[in-house]
Amino acid sequence: MRIVVCLKQIIDPELPSSQFKIDPESKRQRPNGHPLVISPYDENALEVALQLREQTAGHVTALSVGPSAAVSALRKGLAMGADEAALISDSALEGSGPFGIAAALAQGIQKLGPPDLVLCGCESGDWADRVVGPIVAETLGIPCITYVARVERQNAQVRAQRVVEDGHEIWEVAPPVVLTVLSHESNVPRYPKVKDIMAASRRPIPTWSLSDIGLDTGRVGDEISRVALEELSVPTRESRCEFLEGEPEEQVATLITKLREKKVV
Amino acid sequence: MAGICVLAKVENGTPTRSTLELLGGAHKLAAGLQEPVSACLLGQTEAASLYGYGVETVYRVDSPLLNAYQADLHLLALERVAQAAEPRVVLLPADSLGRDLSARLAFRLQAGIVTEVIDIDVQASEKSLRFIRQAYGGKAVAMIVPKAFPIVATLKPRTFDPAARSDEKSGTEVPVEAPLDAAQARTRLVERVQEETTGVKLEDASVVISGGRGLGGPEGFDFLVELARTLKGAVGASRAATDAGWVPSSMQVGQTGKTVSPDLYIAVGISGATQHVAGISGAKTIVAINSDPEASIFKVAHLGIVGDYKSVLPPLIAKCRELVGG
Repeated sequence: MRIVVCLKQIIDPELPSSQFKIDPESKRQRPNGHPLVISPYDENALEVALQLREQTAGHVTALSVGPSAAVSALRKGLAMGADEAALISDSALEGSGPFGIAAALAQGIQKLGPPDLVLCGCESGDWADRVVGPIVAETLGIPCITYVARVERQNAQVRAQRVVEDGHEIWEVAPPVVLTVLSHESNVPRYPKVKDIMAASRRPIPTWSLSDIGLDTGRVGDEISRVALEELSVPTRESRCEFLEGEPEEQVATLITKLREKKVV
Repeated sequence: MAGICVLAKVENGTPTRSTLELLGGAHKLAAGLQEPVSACLLGQTEAASLYGYGVETVYRVDSPLLNAYQADLHLLALERVAQAAEPRVVLLPADSLGRDLSARLAFRLQAGIVTEVIDIDVQASEKSLRFIRQAYGGKAVAMIVPKAFPIVATLKPRTFDPAARSDEKSGTEVPVEAPLDAAQARTRLVERVQEETTGVKLEDASVVISGGRGLGGPEGFDFLVELARTLKGAVGASRAATDAGWVPSSMQVGQTGKTVSPDLYIAVGISGATQHVAGISGAKTIVAINSDPEASIFKVAHLGIVGDYKSVLPPLIAKCRELVGG
């Protein structure tokens, strides 16, 4: 089973709000030397891929589109257990929205050879457009199942558990298919072992330009985007929390009084 | 190209809550753009109830293959409707359905896409149209403008007021032909598991009590369930708690999970990551109970109790019982 996992490198989303600053020029978060990580759900997607490989044998490739620094995300992917990794990096990709990124990923996936499964995180930790995975599927002309918690191989088919508002659904599909993965108790990303981190640091990771993957620059970049980001701002939120003092019984008594004043209980 | 078309769902002869919210957003757009509102109805349901909510035209694909949800068939039908209606904006809910269909529909229509919209700002023409959404897990707010039309947009549940009902009883139903074949469905539903909800639904509850990592294990939720039962509320959870498998994913409140807008939200042992806070911005009163006085949840809470939930919740439950009883 050939599995491609799409990994996006982002600024650590767990960073406290106080350290979050916007660069007015690019209308993006200022990197400010903050740690770069694999976007959380993408790690869950990689974990799903690794578990599938352990169950059924196969080959897992980590693929990313981004600046050259994104190689470190791919190294972590290798350290976690991916068999190989590749980065698509090209100055023409700057300013690309989800459609441009998806076009590059789809083209990179074709260069790797026909996949059985393409796994993406269900949403990125920064913009959370929830667009890239489904567009990769459309571009490749294959089906897509979104918000998948776990995946099982069933003979020639794949069974995916899709989380919906009031429960879950089990969908069956014949590969190839794109699955967008949600975090779940069954796919908590493994920690790479020190020896695997060491080994991954020595592995070559090819960097492909758009011409390497055979993608026209007219398919990426800000130009093709049909929407524009006009403004990005940090909402002002003054802290207004009233702390209730005393022993638990007193705290609770004050709380009840306050809530009754507000007529919410 | 003109008008706003919403993907509608009618259950038991009435539009669903999510459809009414889409229509609420659609009317906001329609008023600014001076363009009509239409609806797309897939499957064998009755269109009539939609006319009472300001829908002028209902485009309907009447096929038994659309009665149950399957992405490929729904997409083919939606595509046909969009070709027939030629709307300027297509609205879908930002729920499991809209997240499944919106991007792929935009790709097929060569449309722009804006997801998880929380507000729409439109004054006089399409040139003044702005979509507002959160970014960076709720740490930032983005204003997005179309460069071209059509636009496919998904509206975040529980952020738009549902459309109001009028006396209008009629409108135009336009049947749309879509040559559907069961073989076009590339995925097959094997099973649908509905999680049991005792009492009120999370999204509808006026009181929501959520637990997070600070509960230390699934047993902690017993207190929350007890408190919820007393206050006739619902129990939610942070991603940390659902990821740990303490409670099912459907209970997750936050950016990836559900958006709630209760009168009272009680966060117990929740650190307050922006990803969680993004789902509770509509809550009127937020109470945080956490042993860490530095927890970010206190930055958004109105009332805070620093302490161990195990010593705070039992007297709280007892007090609430007294209130309800008396």
